[in-house]
Amino acid sequence: MLVSYKWLQEYIDLAGISAEELAEKITKSGIEVEGVEKLNEGLKGVVVGHVLECEKHPNAEKLNKTLVDIGSGEPVQIICGAPNVGKGQKVAVATVGAVLPGNFKIKKAKLRGEESNGMICSLQELGIEGKLAPKEYAEGIYNFSSDTEVGQDALEVLNRDDVILELGLTPNRADAMSMLGVAYEVGAILGKEVKIPNPQPKTSSEQASDYIKVTVEAKEDNPLYVAKIIKNVKIGPSPVWLQTRLMSAGIRPHNNVVDVTNFILLEYGQPLHAFDYDKLGSKEILVRRAGNGEVIETLDDVKRTLTPDHLVITNGTEPVALAGVMGGANSEVSSDTTTILLESAYFTGGAIRKASKDHGLRSEASSRYEKGVDPERVRPAAERAVELMVELAGGEVLGGIVEADALDVKPAVVSTTLGKINKILGTTLEMNEVKDIFARLKFATSVDNETITVTVPTRRGDITIEEDLIEEVGRLYGYDNLPTTLPEGPSTPGHLSNYQKKRRLVRHFMEGAGLFQAVTYSLTSAEKATQYALEKYEPVELAMPMSEDRSHLRLSIVPELLEVLKYNNARQNDSVAVYETGAVFLKNSDGELPEEREHLAAAITGLWESHPWQGEKKAVDFFVLKGIVEGLFAKLGLESQLGFQKAELDGLHPGRTAEIFLNGDVIGFIGQVHPTMQKTLDLKETYVFELSLKSLLEAETAPLQYTAIPRFPSITRDIALVVDKKKAAGDLEKIISEAGGSLLKEVSVFDLYEGEKMEHDKKSLAFSLKYFDPEKTLTDEDIAKVHNKVLAKLEEKAGAVLRG
Amino acid sequence: MQDRLKELQIEALEKVAAAADLKELNDIRVSYLGKKGPITEVLKGMGKLSAEERPKMGALANEVRDAISGQMEGKQKELEEAAVQKQLAAEEMDVTLPGRPVKMGSHHPLTSIIEEIEDLFIGMGYTVEEGPEVEKDYYNFEALNLPKGHPARDMQDSFYITEETLLRTHTSPVQARTMEKHQGKGPVKIICPGKVYRRDNDDATHSHQFMQIEGLVVDENIRMSDLKGTLEVFAKKLFGEDREIRLRPSFFPFTEPSVEMDISCKICGGSGCSVCKGTGWIEILGAGMVHPNVLEMAGYDSKKYTGFAFGMGPERIAMLKYGVDDIRHFYTNDVRFLKQFSVEE
Ligand SMILES: [Zn+2]
Repeated sequence: MLVSYKWLQEYIDLAGISAEELAEKITKSGIEVEGVEKLNEGLKGVVVGHVLECEKHPNAEKLNKTLVDIGSGEPVQIICGAPNVGKGQKVAVATVGAVLPGNFKIKKAKLRGEESNGMICSLQELGIEGKLAPKEYAEGIYNFSSDTEVGQDALEVLNRDDVILELGLTPNRADAMSMLGVAYEVGAILGKEVKIPNPQPKTSSEQASDYIKVTVEAKEDNPLYVAKIIKNVKIGPSPVWLQTRLMSAGIRPHNNVVDVTNFILLEYGQPLHAFDYDKLGSKEILVRRAGNGEVIETLDDVKRTLTPDHLVITNGTEPVALAGVMGGANSEVSSDTTTILLESAYFTGGAIRKASKDHGLRSEASSRYEKGVDPERVRPAAERAVELMVELAGGEVLGGIVEADALDVKPAVVSTTLGKINKILGTTLEMNEVKDIFARLKFATSVDNETITVTVPTRRGDITIEEDLIEEVGRLYGYDNLPTTLPEGPSTPGHLSNYQKKRRLVRHFMEGAGLFQAVTYSLTSAEKATQYALEKYEPVELAMPMSEDRSHLRLSIVPELLEVLKYNNARQNDSVAVYETGAVFLKNSDGELPEEREHLAAAITGLWESHPWQGEKKAVDFFVLKGIVEGLFAKLGLESQLGFQKAELDGLHPGRTAEIFLNGDVIGFIGQVHPTMQKTLDLKETYVFELSLKSLLEAETAPLQYTAIPRFPSITRDIALVVDKKKAAGDLEKIISEAGGSLLKEVSVFDLYEGEKMEHDKKSLAFSLKYFDPEKTLTDEDIAKVHNKVLAKLEEKAGAVLRG
Repeated sequence: MQDRLKELQIEALEKVAAAADLKELNDIRVSYLGKKGPITEVLKGMGKLSAEERPKMGALANEVRDAISGQMEGKQKELEEAAVQKQLAAEEMDVTLPGRPVKMGSHHPLTSIIEEIEDLFIGMGYTVEEGPEVEKDYYNFEALNLPKGHPARDMQDSFYITEETLLRTHTSPVQARTMEKHQGKGPVKIICPGKVYRRDNDDATHSHQFMQIEGLVVDENIRMSDLKGTLEVFAKKLFGEDREIRLRPSFFPFTEPSVEMDISCKICGGSGCSVCKGTGWIEILGAGMVHPNVLEMAGYDSKKYTGFAFGMGPERIAMLKYGVDDIRHFYTNDVRFLKQFSVEE
């Protein structure tokens, strides 16, 4: 809602309060003022001029040479390019020395050899948006009415010496969608009286009821419809004061009758519609739901097909308006209209919202009906409108008002207590302070001991319960004045859950390992939703996605991380290491929410180590990422429960992929992205892992327990084994560990050789075995006993022999 | 014999003085002072001397030895020092060459903001609650005083999966679920971070997926002044002690009264600038007293219990705090963006 500071002063005394101060007060107590715009900011030196002469420029086809009286001294010659300039017009002249928007300074100039002492202005050149300028002046200069005094400040005549407050209205404050509503609000904030118009139009002896009959079939959608008739109007442009009022509120002026309906809409918040009575084709108004497939051509010349969801105003048979949204082209007021049927109606929000949405039409009228208008303003708004129309367009108002009234609206009566108010706000207000606040709001009250009963005017439909009253008290008392306290009562220990603590640990670990945390979208394409899924599920699908790319909920994080890599690679970020923690969504049976399982995923590509001047460079590989997984399990005390097993999974390199096991259950995978996929995504060698973070963080771990630092030395035996190439190191390690029994404390691989010195299907794997007894120093014989058993088992179970 | 010793002393001392390195010095030591050296050789002839001369000669021999070895010690120190110097000179390097980089990732900036807020409220006795991102219509809307048909729950604004389930549009359903879990008893003191989803086209200021973090306190005597005090502590800790806060009226279906909180603009100190659009204030969050309908639906007696709630967008806070100008940066994960947040503040 755009509120003119000058206009507002017609309803309330703002002496001594600047627009900026007012904006600040309104924001703090009621409605956020999102902008304060001075209309004449950077503008000066524009006067009303009288075009005395106008002829074609001798040297330029499209220019005119004019002589303009600007009210001081000799008339001046001005070259004007506007097509509509003409002798006798009263126009806005930017004189030499004037400044126009954009710091455009007007200087004496010569145009094609002819002197020009200023500029005749269009409204756009004075800072008014082209779409708001009256149509006849949209492409050229603006004309004042012929009785406008020459030489006076044109910016004042155009009401540019105004300030516009832009109110950001929350949905509950529909009452402030009118100047009167804003005046009530400002009156409450400032504690001032509000002047309300009191229309008393003179009427002729003819009765409106002889001209029109009003019937409402759809009483629920339209509980009140009133009609007035005005005869013998003369359609013409509105006076400048009315045009500028509309323009400052963002509405384009049309003609005196339509402009009055829009003026009343802004003043009362009550939408009105003027029909050309003679074009109605009947003496009847019938309001009903539209038939299925019924068609109306609206004022914007669009034919619209209707359904019974939509409410129409008809002449008994044909629709003449889409109720509350837009009038019909067939009954539009035009320059030859003489008799007006004025509609002022109370439509409920539902049907209007539906029509406005279905037809993509949001008008000033529909947005007010959707949020709710004040039923008690329907009649006064109509009276005020006809009074103004007669004043501006002549004619006579027929006697009486024709209406269909099924309205049953009473002011809400809401009670609360002083104790409750103070309890909720934390204040120590007295009853007379509370009473005073409601008096400022112009709400009637009655007090009975601690209880105050408030009669809420119908203009404030948002107030229905006592908390609403408390809000009124709070905001007008001023939130700045509230005490500052902290909750009292029993103290509660704040903490993270174990799960949350461990999740933070995981993040720190991953980052310490060199990966950046990414956050990607949960919504993805149908195809990507199932890629790299740990378990086969049908993905959860949106009912109405915005795009195919974001239509399904992900079953894994890896596809989006690969997109992150791709995005970075395309921007010369060649080495990327990222991880993400987040939910994947596993579909449950219909009617149930999907299971959301938190996963951890990582993706790395490019160089892992890069320290070029010392010749250190290492590309990512499987074992870089595997080391991170191992480290993570170790950090969480789950090292002994971790296992890897070679696997073949879609989208991953068949020879470089493993499943990750926790306590014998598969909880994830690790591997190289399949070369085909790498190529599709334009990625170099890339490794990923994804696992169920939930499983990891909920796994049971043994409590941390100190073990004594050994007092006896350990003894190491290294062995180099020759085995089949396909034999997994992990399997050999397992054999060694089992055979080594309790004396064997550690096994580790320290060499792998597959070169030409070996038979082509063999490889050499070297292990380091550390033996240790906490009770004594081991002798060679002690060790030989176990060690030989280890060697024997290796040969027996894996055909591994010592390398000769 | 005496002369011979003196000669040897002069000869040895000359050689010691001329020794170029430790090895040479050691050779001199061995050749003059060793068991097969000339001094020993000379002393072997002592037997021919008289009993009176013998001790004198012995003393002289010792003198010569001491003189040589004394000189040698000095020389040795000198040569050792020179050797060290030489080694140091040879080992000199360019200390301005870059060090070996330590691999170091970092939190996503949104995680940093969320954890900072979590920790701040944990310090005030809150726990962190989470809930599902796919929600029942009931928890997302109805339990929050947004009955079916309410304009604020337009199908166009939400990602529905079925008629009864949707991607949550805010983290408030976690509040509803937590209150329900408490079965009408207080106190409830929680902070709820998480992802939320709305049908917005992604652009510089909109994202179909974004983060929210909300707080809720419900107990028997929770007042709006408590909300004000809590938010003031929060704002000063997160944005700086010198920042002022103000509450101004607003509207949310699940709170009544409802407010928005602004903080004074850091850039201009309140005099007005482009960041605060000339107002001197920057909007940070929405808040209010829990609507009685919400309390009642969650099983609380709204005559006895009151509560406050607040909610904010980590993206907005990160954008304000770090000057990020496009919300999409948070979701494209450009490493040049992410790396800028490795710094711990
Ligand atoms: Zn500022």
